[in-house]
Amino acid sequence: MAVTREAMLESWEQPTLWQRLTMWDVLWALLVVGGSGYAWWFYQAQMDGYEVAILFGSALALIAWGWYWKPAQMFALIVALLTLLALWRYGTDYELRKSAFLLKYFLESQAAFMWMSALYVLATVVYFAALFSRSEFVGKTATALTWSATVLGMTGLLVRWRESYLLGADIGHIPVSNLYEVFILFALITALLYLFYEDRHRTRALGGFALLAISGAVAFLLWYTFDREAHHIQPLIPALQSYWMKIHVPANFIGYGAFALAAMAGVAYLLRQRAETRRPDGLLAAVLPALELLDDVMYKAIALGFAAFTIATILGALWAAEAWGGYWSWDPKETWALIVWLNYAAWLHLRLTKGWRGVPMAWWAVIGLLVTLFAFLGVNMFLSGLHSYGTL
Amino acid sequence: MSDTITAHRPAQRRTLGWVLLEFLGSMNLAITLLVVVAVASIIGTVLQQNQPYSDYVIKFGPFWFDVFNRLGLYDVYGAGWFIAILGFLILSTSVCLYRQVPGMAREMFRFRTQVRLESLRGFHQHAEWRLPERAPAAVLAEVTGAFRAGGYRWRVRDHGDHQVAAAMKGGYQRLGYLFTHAAVVVIGIGGLLDGNLWLKLKEWRGEIAVETRELAARDVPPASRLAPGATPAFRGNIMLPEGRAANFVFLRLRDGYLVQELPFAIELRDFQVEYHATGQPKSFVSQVRIHDQEHLGDQPLDATIQVNHPLTYRGYSIYQSDFGDGGSKLELRAWPLTISRLEPLDAQGEVGSALKVSGPNGSLNLELAEFRTFNLLPEPGARPGDRKFRNFGPSIGFKLRDAAGEAREYVNYMAPVQLEDRWFFVSGVRARSGEQFTYLHIPADTKNSLDRFLHFNARLRDEEGLRALLAHAPAPTENSDVQRNLNLVRLNLVGLFIQGGFAAVTERARTVVPADRLQEATRLYLNILRDTLAEVFLEVLRAEGVNLEQGVGEREDTFFNDALSALAVLPDYGSPFYLQLTGFQQVEASGFQVAHSGAASVVYAGFALLSIGVFLLFYTSHRRLWAWVAADEDGSRLVLAGTGNRRQAEFAREFAALEATLTRRLGAPESRGSSE
Ligand code: HEM
Repeated sequence: MAVTREAMLESWEQPTLWQRLTMWDVLWALLVVGGSGYAWWFYQAQMDGYEVAILFGSALALIAWGWYWKPAQMFALIVALLTLLALWRYGTDYELRKSAFLLKYFLESQAAFMWMSALYVLATVVYFAALFSRSEFVGKTATALTWSATVLGMTGLLVRWRESYLLGADIGHIPVSNLYEVFILFALITALLYLFYEDRHRTRALGGFALLAISGAVAFLLWYTFDREAHHIQPLIPALQSYWMKIHVPANFIGYGAFALAAMAGVAYLLRQRAETRRPDGLLAAVLPALELLDDVMYKAIALGFAAFTIATILGALWAAEAWGGYWSWDPKETWALIVWLNYAAWLHLRLTKGWRGVPMAWWAVIGLLVTLFAFLGVNMFLSGLHSYGTL
Repeated sequence: MSDTITAHRPAQRRTLGWVLLEFLGSMNLAITLLVVVAVASIIGTVLQQNQPYSDYVIKFGPFWFDVFNRLGLYDVYGAGWFIAILGFLILSTSVCLYRQVPGMAREMFRFRTQVRLESLRGFHQHAEWRLPERAPAAVLAEVTGAFRAGGYRWRVRDHGDHQVAAAMKGGYQRLGYLFTHAAVVVIGIGGLLDGNLWLKLKEWRGEIAVETRELAARDVPPASRLAPGATPAFRGNIMLPEGRAANFVFLRLRDGYLVQELPFAIELRDFQVEYHATGQPKSFVSQVRIHDQEHLGDQPLDATIQVNHPLTYRGYSIYQSDFGDGGSKLELRAWPLTISRLEPLDAQGEVGSALKVSGPNGSLNLELAEFRTFNLLPEPGARPGDRKFRNFGPSIGFKLRDAAGEAREYVNYMAPVQLEDRWFFVSGVRARSGEQFTYLHIPADTKNSLDRFLHFNARLRDEEGLRALLAHAPAPTENSDVQRNLNLVRLNLVGLFIQGGFAAVTERARTVVPADRLQEATRLYLNILRDTLAEVFLEVLRAEGVNLEQGVGEREDTFFNDALSALAVLPDYGSPFYLQLTGFQQVEASGFQVAHSGAASVVYAGFALLSIGVFLLFYTSHRRLWAWVAADEDGSRLVLAGTGNRRQAEFAREFAALEATLTRRLGAPESRGSSE
């Protein structure tokens, strides 16, 4: 944590929010307001009151995100430009995806996802290479690869949103409606969370581990695409035709992404701990991040995940009250969400009130991911219930 | 962390109440309960809940069925022991709140001006200045100025020989604990109130009895009926055919149900399902009319109910939850398959009703289970990923139950289905629900009807007719003795074939022919059989008036082969007739869930508390700073210390910034704590 004393000096005197904002920040806000205003103007006929609220709520969240973490601004801008480019190329002809060069090889959602997949896998390898070679340049390359993959994946999702409308006005929907789409969301959110911590803690040593989780998701996606042909855009079943989906699902995936990151920090923690006891002067003990840092990332990620998951579960309950006739039905997916939530609540209590640290908490974070994975994937595969639209 | 200042409690006497409170409010119990609830919840997701009890008996056998039943595993989340654990969690959290809140409130509002120098020096974050030439008052002003710039509030206390400025910020963080844990209690209690606790209570007091017989709602005895408002909360279901109304819903409870009366009636006027081109349903829409003399008078309320768009009326929410058949009227024709007389039997029936039919081995119960106008199924032969679908048109599903109670399930499609350029009447059969259907494909004739196949089949079962036919058939041999013998063999083979398919023929060969000639003989048998069947088939064609002068055409040849395939599986089909759907009048039914939730607003208030609480807990931090100032020789001495209850790394950075600010104003400190 090499923060200069100068930087600290600046941070003591509490400037107001306005004093902290730069020209760019203001410009950023104007741009987001303009963009969402334009979207509202253009699509207001298709939106109900809730969706307008969600649109402007998301715009505010986007502004806050950009102010809180500057790289988000550049990220969002590039994604927006690429998406607009794809939409402009498409016009109203969905079939152009097979013929227009730009779409077919680059920006059509499927093509973008393939780029994303390849880049994430590559980034994983390069992060590990950076870890062991301790080369700053290789590390920067890995970061750039991760950013590129995330940009393309996010663009792909947004383009897919539009594509679903091109396929048929009554088919169009936000692409978070099935296991295929949310797996992409999972990869993107995990990557963004990781990139945030990389930036804040100024270390890339965790990169290989975080990207390993993402590569796992990519492997599943590829199998799901090529073996199960799950990548086709499907119309929404009536139960999912609700504005709640737009907020419930992403909130859930912030939780899942954060828990995945915590688990990977846990893995790194356990490796480092072993290395320190077995071979204190070995390579692994030297290159892996410090234990305190891993511990801190683990706690922060679980706290964030817990908060997001709390909100997501509440949103789910509110949705259930509208769609199924009650805010809680003990449906398997709901119940497993509760299990995941209780599990992390226990983790947080142990750490906070009992002061547990170290190896057991790292193990628990890793096992916590398995529980989460079951809630996310296993329930769809093995159990039936009201949530059964996500089957493999 | 060692820095946290805990309020010292006066020693308490260890009464029983105190021990109990200590136990209930202990962290170990809390963590144990969190894990126990999580693990117990798993049971209900692994074992499907609230299925018909007969299914469980089949699955587990009578012994385990009984054990699991006693444990309440078929409705875990309503079982006494599960509710008790939840109650324990709520109790434990309440006790925890009761014990923690006073201390937290004190923490929130009190500036701790009563600190000793040694404890400040013991903090992780501290720094110490010796400042000649500066008066304590000036130093204090300097420090409090810095506190103000950092957004801290403070109090100064004069202890005579020294002064303490105690500052803090973010005290509302403590509310995070209060909100989160109060939310757990509130949501828990609200959820329990909305659960089936009331029913359990009434049942326990003997006020109600679960009805397990299948009765019409009006025949359900008063002991199993609940008046409106009998319980504050319920969730029930009702299936309404189009054009019908009901003022009650059924509450499922264990292996039976109760009737919950409503203070109004719901009439289903129309129900519509729309489908996407890919076969997935697109929308379920019910047009309903609410009748309520008391509140609406003679002006009923018309409304539309869809999935995700319930209707709320007088605090009752009505949801679109299901759909089905409301007793469609079917016209049926049964074609005999096992006798030589081809006289069809016409009948009419409603979906959901049963007909008595006579079979070769006693009478059968024909239960009309299902009717669909629309069957969007994967294109035959398509791979799962191809996503090609076709509408196979109307179908009926029915069961044939024999006197022993054994039933086979059938699904028959009304119109012929095209497969590889040919058209077939398709009927699926299975011995047990849940199994895959096996299909009988009866080739359709040139008039797109079943006639030709049925005639062919009937003729094969007419022994007299066969004998006569074979006697006239052109003989493959001149020798009349051999001829007579051969005819006998032919009759026998046809008989075997219609009783047991090709398998019966090869089986016969195995029993009568020595092993070394088996292959040759089987081939011979099959050839003779095929020739004979062809003979009969030609006769059927002739009777139909098909011109055979140019020989048999390719279409007839294909038909013949398809007919043989169908005949060969007919013995396994198990039904003595082919049930043809000749007409229908569809009546749809829509399933509603009606919910009345007394405590939803309580639960939602809990949700609000929880959302705010969690963010306060994680993303704010209660921070304290102290400046201890005393006169020292010709100047003063300053000790600065601080602590934060969350986000330690951030606080360490913040403290370092404060230290640096003061260093700029006062000079470098003499000693510093171990800030990171
Ligand atoms: C479903 C039940 C519960 C949930 C979801 C829950 C949740 C939480 C959360 C999220 C935290 C904050 C952890 C952190 O900041 O890292 C916390 C802290 C805490 N919990 Fe619980 N809790 C529950 C039950 C209990 C019970 C039964 C007790 C009593 C033994 C308890 C005692 C505490 C205490 C003492 C703290 C620390 C508060 C502080 O110092 O600010 N909790 N709880």
